[in-house]
Amino acid sequence: MKIAYYPGCTLKTKAKNLELAALACLDKLRVEYEELPRWNCCGAVFSLADDDLIHMVAPVRDLIRVQERGQDTVLTLCSMCYNTLARANDLMKNDEEKRKTINDFMDEEPDYEGNVRVVHLLDFIRDDYGFDKLKEHITAPLNGMKVAPYYGCTLLRPKEVALDRPDNPIVFHKFLEVIGAEVIDFGSATKCCGAYQVLGAPEATLQVSHEIISDAVNNGAEALALTCPLCDYNMGKRQDQILEKFDDAKELPVYYFTQLLALAMGLESGVAHFELNREIAQKLLKKKNLIKT
Amino acid sequence: MSTTTEDKETKSAAIEAKLIPIYIMGKKYEVPESLTIMKAMEYAGYKYIRGCGCRGGVCGACSTIYRKPNDYKIYTGLACQTVVEPDMYLTQLPFYPAMRATYNFYDLEGKPEEIFELYPELFRCVACNACTKVCPMDVEVMDYIAALKRGDIKAAAQISFDCIQCGLCASRCMGELPQYHIAQLARRINGTYLTPRAEHLKTMVANIQAGRYKEALEGLKASDEDNLKKLYTGREMEPATAGEDWTPKDSTYL
Amino acid sequence: MPIFISTRESDDQLRKKVREISGQNFQQCYQCGTCSGSCPMIEHINVFPRRIMALLQLGNRKALEESNTPWVCASCHTCMVRCPRGIDITKVMEALRLIKLRQNIDRIELKKLEPEQIADMPQIAMVSGFRKMTS
Ligand code: SF4
Ligand code: SF4
Ligand code: FES
Repeated sequence: MKIAYYPGCTLKTKAKNLELAALACLDKLRVEYEELPRWNCCGAVFSLADDDLIHMVAPVRDLIRVQERGQDTVLTLCSMCYNTLARANDLMKNDEEKRKTINDFMDEEPDYEGNVRVVHLLDFIRDDYGFDKLKEHITAPLNGMKVAPYYGCTLLRPKEVALDRPDNPIVFHKFLEVIGAEVIDFGSATKCCGAYQVLGAPEATLQVSHEIISDAVNNGAEALALTCPLCDYNMGKRQDQILEKFDDAKELPVYYFTQLLALAMGLESGVAHFELNREIAQKLLKKKNLIKT
Repeated sequence: MSTTTEDKETKSAAIEAKLIPIYIMGKKYEVPESLTIMKAMEYAGYKYIRGCGCRGGVCGACSTIYRKPNDYKIYTGLACQTVVEPDMYLTQLPFYPAMRATYNFYDLEGKPEEIFELYPELFRCVACNACTKVCPMDVEVMDYIAALKRGDIKAAAQISFDCIQCGLCASRCMGELPQYHIAQLARRINGTYLTPRAEHLKTMVANIQAGRYKEALEGLKASDEDNLKKLYTGREMEPATAGEDWTPKDSTYL
Repeated sequence: MPIFISTRESDDQLRKKVREISGQNFQQCYQCGTCSGSCPMIEHINVFPRRIMALLQLGNRKALEESNTPWVCASCHTCMVRCPRGIDITKVMEALRLIKLRQNIDRIELKKLEPEQIADMPQIAMVSGFRKMTS
């Protein structure tokens, strides 16, 4: 059975590099997937209020779309979508009362009981595909490029939906190791980049993002790998502002994990769309002879 | 007071049809069961100054909200199209305030970001689906909003194609979106930037500008009424059953 | 900053409301400060999470309303996974936000956002930001 693929809005516009690289890899790995023909924005954040069920409706609708097609697993690439869908699923599975209210409210939809499995590409590779099997496809390993794995928040917290231990996770480390990077462990790997506070407290967000990048650099990273378009915005796209604002800021290339995977699998570098990253991202890869000049 | 044909029709319907009770803004009226809401309201003595346009289900001026006895559901319909039901409670909602962004269309390049800038409230949609449920044209409003959030202007234009700008979706929106205005912008962009230009139209416009039809038009202008009538009734028409390859016998102006 | 304790200032309604919305029993907080020590936004908030819990226990509406903490909180859940008392502090922050938002008081104004910023940001930034900061 093909697994359902839920892209999320941002991957269709601002984070095409995250999506296109991933899909090229999945094709090469012969993973059978299919984008949901109908889906809506999941809401990006899970409602944290006990009495606010209306914000649960969006992710549950998407899970219903998966169920409707008779599929049992939905694959995500964006960490925020992963978190929102996984938490909504958890709620529908375990909270009988809320499940009933939500199902009753959506009287135009079939009932949903939480029977779809929500996975992120990282745990899909670990648990379903297997790191060992992936290793066989790594034909152009990253030659020990020093990469710091940045997990951010939503893959690890809260515990119910964590891909790994919320403190001291290893799945992303392992992934980078398999694709031939030298993994740079750093304290800020699970620290928040400020997320949506880029709207409410943009200066604060700049500062915390700066701290994360500095921590990676100080631990010897040549690059940062991440999984979330909002983290990429705060630490990748807004790095110009960080460099301008903080005297001690150093420039650090930022990549989506799927872009690095595509490289390591020897796929033509065009599929990873490095032109959508900051310029330094391509420079480093050229310097490392990982892409042709 | 003069009596229009319409009034006569309404009255004669009244003579034959059974009367049923309906409630207009809470007040009970007995109206002939076969009438549309619009005609029933006129029968009951209301006079439309606004809230009515085409009377044919396309202008979107006559949105009506109603409920049925012992039913929590909200029903909607176009007053000019929906037939009355016994004991319905109705009110017209011909207009609902919804913010329409101001833009100079030809300054736009047709990128999703431009829609985001003009209508950032787009991102407040919670996928409650109230809009789709209320749409009298069965447009999947929530789905076109979802498409726009991911920047798929083409899909939004296609899904919203049947929208008649009645505004009912906006009246129910949790996120306070003016859905139909956003969709209109999407359709404009789709038509102007994302749809291939019609080549034959381009040729035709060039022909017109080059004066190819000037003489024929001048001839028509100079004709008297009788000649015009003759030309009109005698014109060659495409038969209803004509296939793709049909061409007129007189191809002077093709 | 001293905390004034007075029965007149103690707002039981607020405590009840937060408990209802968040489903969390903040009375269980024993003021260890793990949350404050975990908060990535610590330099940018004017009342640390530990103190938010104390103010809630006291029902000090005024001090809570004056704090920017719920509005700078990024819902990163770090405090939540580390709290030794198992309190979901992120839910408490959400409740504090919602109490304002439900009065139709927005924290950010969409119309004041720069068009360039809107065009530049990923959609998830706006979707999540509007959810957290508009009613
Ligand atoms: S989409 Fe909205 S404005 Fe358009 S017809 Fe449906 S309810 Fe009316
Ligand atoms: S009514 Fe508004 S919030 Fe609800 S689905 Fe439609 S656009 Fe979204
Ligand atoms: S009057 Fe135009 S749609 Fe009803």
